[in-house]
Amino acid sequence: MILVSEKTKVLVQGITGRQGKFHTRLMLDYGTKIVAGVTPGKGGEMVHGVPVYDSVEEALSEHEVDASVIFVPAPFAKDAVVEAIDNSIDFLVVITEHIPIHDVAQMKRIAEIEGSRFIGPNTPGIISPGRAKLGIMPHRIFKQGEVGVVSRSGTLTYEVVDSMTKHGIGQTTVLGIGGDPIVGTNFIDVLEMFEEDRETRAVVLIGEIGGKAEEEASSFIKDEMSKPVVAYIAGRTAPPGKRMGHAGAIISGGIGTAESKIKALKKAGVNVAEFPWEVGRILSEII
Amino acid sequence: MKLHEYQAKEIFAREGIPVPMGRIARNPREAFEISREIGSEVVLKAQVLVGGRGKAGGILFSSLEEVEEKSRKIFSTEIKGERPELILVEERLNSVKEFYLGITFDRSRGRPVVMTSSEGGVEIEEVARRSPEKITWVEVDPLKGIYPYMIRKLSRPFPKEVRKEAHEIIAKLYEIFVKYDAELAEINPLIYDGKKLVAADAVLNINDDSLFRQNFKREEEGIEGIASREGFSYVTLDGEIAIIGNGAGLTMATLDAVEMEGGKAANFLDIGGGVPPEGMKKALEIVYMNEKAKLVLVNVFGGINRCDEIAQGIRMFFEERGGKLDKPLVVRLTGTNEEEGRRILEEIGIEVYKDLREAVKSAVRRVKNDTSL
Repeated sequence: MILVSEKTKVLVQGITGRQGKFHTRLMLDYGTKIVAGVTPGKGGEMVHGVPVYDSVEEALSEHEVDASVIFVPAPFAKDAVVEAIDNSIDFLVVITEHIPIHDVAQMKRIAEIEGSRFIGPNTPGIISPGRAKLGIMPHRIFKQGEVGVVSRSGTLTYEVVDSMTKHGIGQTTVLGIGGDPIVGTNFIDVLEMFEEDRETRAVVLIGEIGGKAEEEASSFIKDEMSKPVVAYIAGRTAPPGKRMGHAGAIISGGIGTAESKIKALKKAGVNVAEFPWEVGRILSEII
Repeated sequence: MKLHEYQAKEIFAREGIPVPMGRIARNPREAFEISREIGSEVVLKAQVLVGGRGKAGGILFSSLEEVEEKSRKIFSTEIKGERPELILVEERLNSVKEFYLGITFDRSRGRPVVMTSSEGGVEIEEVARRSPEKITWVEVDPLKGIYPYMIRKLSRPFPKEVRKEAHEIIAKLYEIFVKYDAELAEINPLIYDGKKLVAADAVLNINDDSLFRQNFKREEEGIEGIASREGFSYVTLDGEIAIIGNGAGLTMATLDAVEMEGGKAANFLDIGGGVPPEGMKKALEIVYMNEKAKLVLVNVFGGINRCDEIAQGIRMFFEERGGKLDKPLVVRLTGTNEEEGRRILEEIGIEVYKDLREAVKSAVRRVKNDTSL
């Protein structure tokens, strides 16, 4: 298990919004320890029994917090992230989609300088099955176990996890790094954590077209990883120059093709599934 | 959002980057009028958003006498599927040497990268492959911005006489990159005419997620435009199985699976998350507009989306069309509230698959076997 456990004390920023409220309830139901929420101007309210504060500073004067989940709308998301980082929260889950790319670049740099880590933006979040969920994924499909999953996509992760769970293969932690071109935490950071995590016996990497993240991950897997890795890459049939749903899913200037990613992964000894539903079966054969 | 060359050049000119003298023409007559003001030799440039327009006949040099004829030719040329509505008529520059200047994000590092090269006029990707040593580049800390010492390094490929101008142009293009929330700002070629530097071409791609704070109007037409106004991502493809999915990755994976089973996708439509029944109905209306599509495959893995609401949307669409669909519908639903979703669709006689593989196989088989579809 990496990054989050049943002990993680969680703050929710943007807790009074439609999504924030809805998912706070689902996270609480799952057993996540949500201690406080923040929405500027809504201090003093309660959301599903969770006290709401006007600022992160005020929330922290009353509660101890290890991580923050951010549902704040895109135009204000950078402010929320910097507020959390400036208050020394060192792990953030940025669920918000459509944050301007220049804002994300600055957020990433600020996190690097201040020593905080965020996952996302545009992530379904992170779940350590049976322990805690900081995100929006449908928890019923997950099962506690020994395989770590890292992905650039939401619903595709559900499809793959579903195939694992159906083959009786559970997960230590499942984490979405986000579908944007720039993300706070990349594949390599997460692979490194899974490699070190004692509970994790194998890793699933779910990638897609666009950028070079999978190619970079391949070199890391080849040089630094001892645990087996199974991968699936979406977008084999995507035309160049078209954005396929995710801001980051675009083949441009010949860079970012599924073919190049699959080739790099195979060269690094990764077992690449042809279809998402094959991942469970492949894992059941190797662990 | 890609801007047209003339729009990017308007911004460049406003911000102080030298661009050729020129104006936009809507028809051959206007092109002639503009040419008469500019001079005897002009260049006519089709305003389309696809790359490689030069090779496709979208850029022509012309004397004043031939302007009408040549612009008529450009207006009637389809350039990679796009027919130009506007031609930029510009003075013809005397090119002594061509350079490259571009700014984009390094996705992995999350930082802007500025590049210059003495090999202008060709695609920078090609230069990078053939002679990477001919590209000078610096990475910029997005918090600190660009500094003169970086620009001095970037100005090195330029001739001494215009190094000061190059310095100014690089600084201004970086300002534009930030001010206009660009993902890509590019001048290729940046022409040296023996005296000064001029931006002969201009590329400016604005980050879609920043449009709320930028003053640009999106002008998308056709099915893509309708889909984007509904908040869907839509890409037209040339196969026969229309696809609706939820989530970018899963929808792409559905396309791939269809192809690997021997079919071909007619489109990519990602409805995203939290879609109400009306939204699902709208998505179906959009893909049913595609005349090339022979069958529609819906693949929803309920998370934030609820299968019962998706099913209600399908039922609304079905009933609106009097229970008769001119293209068969194959539905795969699983996840949140799937039992209720299945019940709603079975009531109106639509079979629901739980397994993606079976749904894909069934869709491909039906398109292949039934030639009457």
